[in-house]
Amino acid sequence: MNSCVIVFPGSNCDRDVAVALEASSGTRPRMIWHGDSELPACDLIVLPGGFSHGDYLRSGAMAARAPIMRAVVAKAKAGTPVLGLCNGFQILTEAGLLPGALMRNAGLKFICRDVFLRVENNYTLFTRGYGPGQVVRIPISHHDGNYFADSATLNRLEDTGRVAFRYCAADGLINADANPNGSLNNIAGILNETGNVLGMMPHPERLISHELGGSDGRAMFDALTALVQCA
Amino acid sequence: MRVTITPEIVAEHGLKPDEYDQILRVLDRAPNLTELGIFSAMWNEHCSYKSSRVWLRTMPTTGPQVVCGPGENAGVVDIGDGQVAIFKMESHNHPSFIEPYQGAATGVGGIMRDVFTMGARPVANLNALRFGAPENPKTRHLVSGVVAGIGGYGNCIGVPTVGGEVNFDPGYNGNILVNAMCIGVADADKVFYSTASGVGNPVVYVGSKTGRDGIHGASMASAEFDENSEEKRPTVQVGDPFTEKLLLEACLELMAGDAVIAIQDMGAAGLTCSAVEMASKGGLGLLLDLDRVPCREAGMTAYEMMLSESQERMLMVLRPDRAGAARAIFERWELDFAIVGETTDTGRFIIRHRGETVADLPVDVLAEQAPIYQRPWTPTPPLPHLAAADVPDTDDPGAALVRLLGGPHLSSRRWIWEQYDHMVMGDTVQRPGGDAAVVRLHGSRKGIAATTDVTPRYCAASPREGGKQAVAEAFRNLCAVGAKPLATTDCLNFGSPERPEIMGQLVGCIEGLSEACRALDMPIVSGNVSLYNETRGVAIPPTPAIGAIGLLDDIDHMATIAFKQEGDVILLVGETSGHLGQSLYAREIAGRKDGAPPPVDLAAERRYGDFVRGQIVAGNVRTAHDISDGGLLVALSEMALAGGYGCVLALPKNAGPPHAWLFGEDQARYVLCVSPDKAPGLLSAAGARRVPITELGRTGGRDMILDGRLIQTLETLRHAHENWFPDYMEG
Repeated sequence: MNSCVIVFPGSNCDRDVAVALEASSGTRPRMIWHGDSELPACDLIVLPGGFSHGDYLRSGAMAARAPIMRAVVAKAKAGTPVLGLCNGFQILTEAGLLPGALMRNAGLKFICRDVFLRVENNYTLFTRGYGPGQVVRIPISHHDGNYFADSATLNRLEDTGRVAFRYCAADGLINADANPNGSLNNIAGILNETGNVLGMMPHPERLISHELGGSDGRAMFDALTALVQCA
Repeated sequence: MRVTITPEIVAEHGLKPDEYDQILRVLDRAPNLTELGIFSAMWNEHCSYKSSRVWLRTMPTTGPQVVCGPGENAGVVDIGDGQVAIFKMESHNHPSFIEPYQGAATGVGGIMRDVFTMGARPVANLNALRFGAPENPKTRHLVSGVVAGIGGYGNCIGVPTVGGEVNFDPGYNGNILVNAMCIGVADADKVFYSTASGVGNPVVYVGSKTGRDGIHGASMASAEFDENSEEKRPTVQVGDPFTEKLLLEACLELMAGDAVIAIQDMGAAGLTCSAVEMASKGGLGLLLDLDRVPCREAGMTAYEMMLSESQERMLMVLRPDRAGAARAIFERWELDFAIVGETTDTGRFIIRHRGETVADLPVDVLAEQAPIYQRPWTPTPPLPHLAAADVPDTDDPGAALVRLLGGPHLSSRRWIWEQYDHMVMGDTVQRPGGDAAVVRLHGSRKGIAATTDVTPRYCAASPREGGKQAVAEAFRNLCAVGAKPLATTDCLNFGSPERPEIMGQLVGCIEGLSEACRALDMPIVSGNVSLYNETRGVAIPPTPAIGAIGLLDDIDHMATIAFKQEGDVILLVGETSGHLGQSLYAREIAGRKDGAPPPVDLAAERRYGDFVRGQIVAGNVRTAHDISDGGLLVALSEMALAGGYGCVLALPKNAGPPHAWLFGEDQARYVLCVSPDKAPGLLSAAGARRVPITELGRTGGRDMILDGRLIQTLETLRHAHENWFPDYMEG
């Protein structure tokens, strides 16, 4: 699989996701500098976690206007899979590839811990490796992960199966106690209309082997790899 | 503006009259204000270690594993396979009390720069924090700000904060301690030092622009000094972790080549200290042209520029033919890059500003002829042993346990470490909450374990035993995860060295630390000293914080504290005399603050620690926990809570008074846990190595049971343990 990881100034999970992609696919991703304006032909584009531009204006706002983002938007519209993790999700919303916004966590604190997610839609390029309604354990690590969208947008997302992951309890129950950051409808990750762009706050690249304490994140990278090998 | 140096100005710069006389003698003239500022920066306690140096020289700093000991930006230790670990711990106490968020944040930023200045990529951060009593009105605000500041900086730069420790004590009401530690990894042939060489080589400034923040003298309100000065700025620096991330990446990119001759981060005393250090170590002179220094604001004086502590800056000496390529790297990372001077053979530190020479000082005098004091000291009087019989027993150990585990000293620190990204970089294989954190060496099966430790109440009662205990506990924490202890860094936090009893604490602690580091083969390779931690004549408890690292050859042979399954055999390694003096039980439950702290038998520590580590490395043991604050019952409860399994215990026949057995803080002890089929082998292995080992019971159920009686349910313990911190912070 030929994947590209975009490196913004302040990205800090770029290496982590590259390691995860290489572990699944056997191929090292290409690291693409934010100041470039062209992307090579590729099967997957990843916007990694971190603090692009320090998150000093608004998380993801400056990165969304980087030269490379015009190429990312064009590829996304042409159907190339795009995965935005954490800060990458924030950038995707700022770039208009995904609706809504990630606001400051309801508790106003940075939160780093494992959470449970329920796979709400496993008929996607990214989630095919999970069972329907499967509960997975994946870490979050963010200050601004409180998903918000207006009610019309929210209804559209819910009605068309575009909520990919929801924060849940260990048994899969969706409730306020299982919501770490105040996200509407416990939303942890969403898809675009055509299903080729996924943004999520949790970090699947952080749990890909037993040494790290779990491997629930690995199925996403395995699924993306398998998809390309089939094609 | 020419300022006449008066005794008042000298005093405001923290220089004593005889120190100023020494300056007059070596210069054979009066210094100007800029020069006086430079002297005060180089000769203050923080930079010169003038009160502690004679004692620091006595510490063990060498060993086959040591590549570079104290004196550089951080210590360098061999970790095999052509790699080194570079690490250090440093204090940021005073600024953190004034402005907790920025004080703590810039403490983290500073220690990381110390590590990547030497060519290492930082792989883990830790900290050691001391706050005042929980009921002190300022404490909550300080905890909140310090934790947010540490997280804000480390999370943004993307280095995991994997461990630390926190104490609350009224002794820190007026002076909190924020000690930050960073560990980095580099290739052994790619370590960079601060020794300049060559004449006429460019001196290059990179990173953020220089502003007026952190100017030591900005707090001085002398009329003759500030007739033209703008408003006084706060003396606490402001951190910019985003810029530091860029600086980190740019420096490591530059260091992959051969451009760098010497490099030094601008920490305390900024440009002054970094320039003088590099020149002094190389036996050179250095010329600085301040007109070329990138400045954040116009009109800064030479004095301000030389004393600014603006963050995220580095000074380098480069090979002249590589300066252009170096500039391209920094410009790509959108950082300032300016050639601000050159090395010379004059041995003078010459500073030009607006066409004038504003300072002309001998480098060696600044760097090496700072006054050194043999301060008078009085030893801390020893305290008598507190007999267990003199400490009231409890008829309800379960209630005492809940009070201890659900109180400020032993409650879960989850509220803190969940605000730190402890997983970024994808190599954290043992997260916070255990004995030591472990990060995998990227791309390998090896791991680095790290811990920070000191028990200030022991140090206050007996500096020497307390100093030994701090190192011994760090040693145990490393052994308990299966790591071979390698080396130590320290942050010596004390009150005023001008008081003989405080100096006595410093001397006693250093003697204890040194003895333990020798006995346990953990040389001290870096560290710092923070003195004058006192308010209105009340000093902090002596707090020689220890940071230690160890090496695991295979992270699959690592132990954690959590009980793993039902029916495992629980074993106690070490001897239990039931020492209650200075224990948390004596303090918190019995209200007794007297007595000697537990004695530390370093030979026993070594033997038992080597045994425990050997069993883990051999794959026989996967569950281990050292016994420290709170004693045996607290350690067992922590293991039960971490694993979600209770335990059924039996008091040994010769146990003595139950409260002393359950809560005594005897040293050199561990709890191990193995499946029943492994227990006989473990017992005989211990016997063969003269390691005392006692069977305590079995894991299982959801309660802590002792001699058939319920001590406490895990549910009650968990509630108390997990809720104290968030409830306290909610106020």
